[in-house]
Amino acid sequence: MTGVVLAVLALLALLYVLAAVDVRWSPLRTASWLAGLAVAAAGLTGPLAAAHGDLRAHLAAHLLAGMVAPVLLVLAAPVTLLLRRLPVHRARAVSRLLRSAPAQVLGDPFVAVTLNVGGLWVLHGSGLLGTVAHSPGWHLLVSVHVLLTGWLATAAVLTVDPAPHRRGVVARAVALGAGMAGHDVLAKWLYAHPPAGVTNAEAGARLLYDGGTVVHVVVAALLWRQWYRSRAAVRAAVHTTQPAGV
Amino acid sequence: MTAPGRTRPDRRLLLSGLLLGVGAMGAIDEIVFHQLLHWHHFYDRAGGDAALVSDGLLHAFTWSATVAGLALLADVRRRSAFASRTWWGAVLTGAGAFQTFDGVVDHKVLRVHQVRYGVDLLGYDVAWIGAGVVLLAAGLLLLARSRTPTADR
Repeated sequence: MTGVVLAVLALLALLYVLAAVDVRWSPLRTASWLAGLAVAAAGLTGPLAAAHGDLRAHLAAHLLAGMVAPVLLVLAAPVTLLLRRLPVHRARAVSRLLRSAPAQVLGDPFVAVTLNVGGLWVLHGSGLLGTVAHSPGWHLLVSVHVLLTGWLATAAVLTVDPAPHRRGVVARAVALGAGMAGHDVLAKWLYAHPPAGVTNAEAGARLLYDGGTVVHVVVAALLWRQWYRSRAAVRAAVHTTQPAGV
Repeated sequence: MTAPGRTRPDRRLLLSGLLLGVGAMGAIDEIVFHQLLHWHHFYDRAGGDAALVSDGLLHAFTWSATVAGLALLADVRRRSAFASRTWWGAVLTGAGAFQTFDGVVDHKVLRVHQVRYGVDLLGYDVAWIGAGVVLLAAGLLLLARSRTPTADR
């Protein structure tokens, strides 16, 4: 099982590096992709993933695979790279897919963040965690789900890749803040009501809270940096088309 | 349009001050009352689940406000639209409004947690809400004075 995960991650690393070779592509993006996959590997397969009854280890793995790895993978802009490398007709098919109604719904920051945080609540609030923690197959499946929904939510908030239905910065910041609130409340709730049959519940909840704060603040800073940069472009455009400042 | 003889404050300048005021109050709460005095705790059994939700919401809100406020401030400075009296007025207004809200709504109306446990609360509540009202009044006063044309810059 671990072998399959590592093979998939290695394949993703190889495909990205090969795709980035011939195009002018920032080495920082490539580094971000490789680092994201390495962090995902640590969260999905390392000793953290094997320590099943230990809530602190479980939540450390969650922070790595579900929060840190998605930020690095989003910053690597894989869809942009894909669109550059594909032949034109294929690239058009991909951009049609991005514009489709399901992609629009899933890519909405509020929907994506709700899927991500809601999934965590279902996992930790329903006793499902106890079942999952003792079955390696289920555990891996849930971890991959956490990685994918974390990636979707981060991508919907940061919109590094082309996003035809991109919402304004305020909507995305509010969605991120709401997700952060849901995450904070879940961490405190786990502290107050630790699931049956796990150890290190209090330390785990503190780790989830503090680590979640750091990652959310980093994502917020990236989002607002994007806004700060885009304002310069907007202002330059306004000054060239209108004599009076706005 | 603005009345003659009065300058219109920059909207982002005001918003940046308000958001950073809220963020500063959240940081003071975490540093002074959680870490230094230990009057507040990560989780208070006395507060129950309502305290948990309100703490989580305020934590996310104050951090989000801080980051957004810094970005808006950077933009204001880049446009050379910074006016220190207006900005400090907005910071104090945001901080005072947040402190007053916390003291009245969280502590007294919803009773999610208290300033301190195991003591007579009256003095603490008066100091907490009083500090909020004083900050708010000082902020609004500064904002009012900053709207006269010669006051700023």
